[in-house]
Amino acid sequence: MAKEEYRIIEAEAVVPYELALGGTVSNFFDYLKEEKIMGKRCRKCSRVLVPPRSFCPRCFEEMDEWVEVGQEGVVETWVYINMPFYGQVIKVPYVSAQIRLDGSDSGLTHLIAGFDLTNVNKVREIVKLGGRVKAVWSKEKKGNILDIAYFEPVK
Amino acid sequence: MGRAVAVIGTGQTKHGRRPDVSYPDMVREVIMVALEDAGITLKDVDGVVHGTMPSMMEGVSSTHLYFAEAIGAVGKPIMKVETCGSTGQSIAHCGFFWVASGMADIVLVVGSEKMNEGDSQATMTTVFDPYFQRVFAAGAPGTFTMQCMEWMYRFKIPEDKGREAAAMVSVSNHDNAMDNPYAHIRMKVTMDDVKNSRIVTYPVRLLDVCPSSDGACAVIFASEEKAKKICKKPAWIKGVGFRGEESFFGESDKSIWPSATEAAQEAYRQAGIKDPLKELDVAEIYNPFTYQEMIFCECFGFCPRGEAPDYVLKGTFKKGGELPCCPSGGTLCTNPIGATGLIRLAETVLQVTGKAGARQVEGAKIALSHAMGGVDQFNGVTIVSSNL
Ligand SMILES: [Zn+2]
Repeated sequence: MAKEEYRIIEAEAVVPYELALGGTVSNFFDYLKEEKIMGKRCRKCSRVLVPPRSFCPRCFEEMDEWVEVGQEGVVETWVYINMPFYGQVIKVPYVSAQIRLDGSDSGLTHLIAGFDLTNVNKVREIVKLGGRVKAVWSKEKKGNILDIAYFEPVK
Repeated sequence: MGRAVAVIGTGQTKHGRRPDVSYPDMVREVIMVALEDAGITLKDVDGVVHGTMPSMMEGVSSTHLYFAEAIGAVGKPIMKVETCGSTGQSIAHCGFFWVASGMADIVLVVGSEKMNEGDSQATMTTVFDPYFQRVFAAGAPGTFTMQCMEWMYRFKIPEDKGREAAAMVSVSNHDNAMDNPYAHIRMKVTMDDVKNSRIVTYPVRLLDVCPSSDGACAVIFASEEKAKKICKKPAWIKGVGFRGEESFFGESDKSIWPSATEAAQEAYRQAGIKDPLKELDVAEIYNPFTYQEMIFCECFGFCPRGEAPDYVLKGTFKKGGELPCCPSGGTLCTNPIGATGLIRLAETVLQVTGKAGARQVEGAKIALSHAMGGVDQFNGVTIVSSNL
């Protein structure tokens, strides 16, 4: 049998989910609607985590102290994505980044945008490791992470 | 460490695109090879451990049940373990624990994957949490590229130097794969080929990245008593280490990768290894991307932090170097993910038992194997030796 004659069956598994956010994530998204970025501080290790957690992953203690963090932060790392795949939400090309907001002790995953993204070499001149970026808000708020539309480099 | 445990047999399929066989038939293929290598039959096996990527990759849930016949588990205890890319090391550790505990004498461990039947990057994107990270994720390239950028920035590695060293890692792995009859990608590449290949996620290029492979691996673990009776030249498990970290990429410092560092330290402590560069004869590192191999060399203490590019460029990790890394051609040339971490172990077993053929590192006696998984989240390490 020639290689191209190997037979296959086409299969698909599409399953809808309704994933509970829980209190902490719900509150975080409610704050985003008010254009506030809130983290939670661990009373034991004092770290402020954004996104906030209901408990500290390292101390395993409940986190119940909300703290507002800055809307500006530092680019810890980033990646230029120009690779399409099934189910992708953001249209390529886009820049994903880890952003450490002022007053936070963890990196937040989000987009860096607000300029022409078509050429990776031009993007590299604009997006810098260690550079500062600032939140740009979506006009319409849906209560999810994309209520922050993206972060833009601070000039 | 419990009872002494040996590996008495290994098996690998021909890895690559395998539309010629159904998934269960591919799994059975590797069981037959491993049983023959060990010189035992299924009757001798007390229990079976199986692992794959998340079931979404396979298109069938609970693959260990779907494959129960193919892995020889009918009428036997069966265990499934799944830790994404580190699955292969996790299942090996389970086989080790099972025998070390005294609850079984011979355990068959099998890892498998058909990467070409589904959509691997889409599957990997579902490994990210659904609230915060998933919409921005881009499978393995997105994660690994962010990590390598952070690493180069942290240790002030000039981009050109990182690029040059990563290209050398690619050339070296591709050269090594030419010696490995099981490898998926077997072709010579030059430094220029790597540096001029298509950008996947800058600065990572096509030849910095592993292929999507179909394949399976099986490893048979035995107690000291059984191993001495059955096997002329067993490989002894001297240390196992496994560590995890938070699922949020931004929470731990990926440029020094705590879970990789601590997993190796744990395995070294058990094996009594103090200076890995001098004491290890060969390492099989899980290197789906060239830059990752360098970060791992630092985490495993083969060189100081930030200096892996220098060591790569002076040939420390090449075949014939002080500590050859991935003489099999590594994950970079063959990646059926659920099997990959177990292939790393199987390759070190072949090395310390002198059965590695053209890819044999002369006189290898003690070796490290490794795998990583999740969103840069888990790392597992196993040390094997020719001596009990
Ligand atoms: Zn804490």
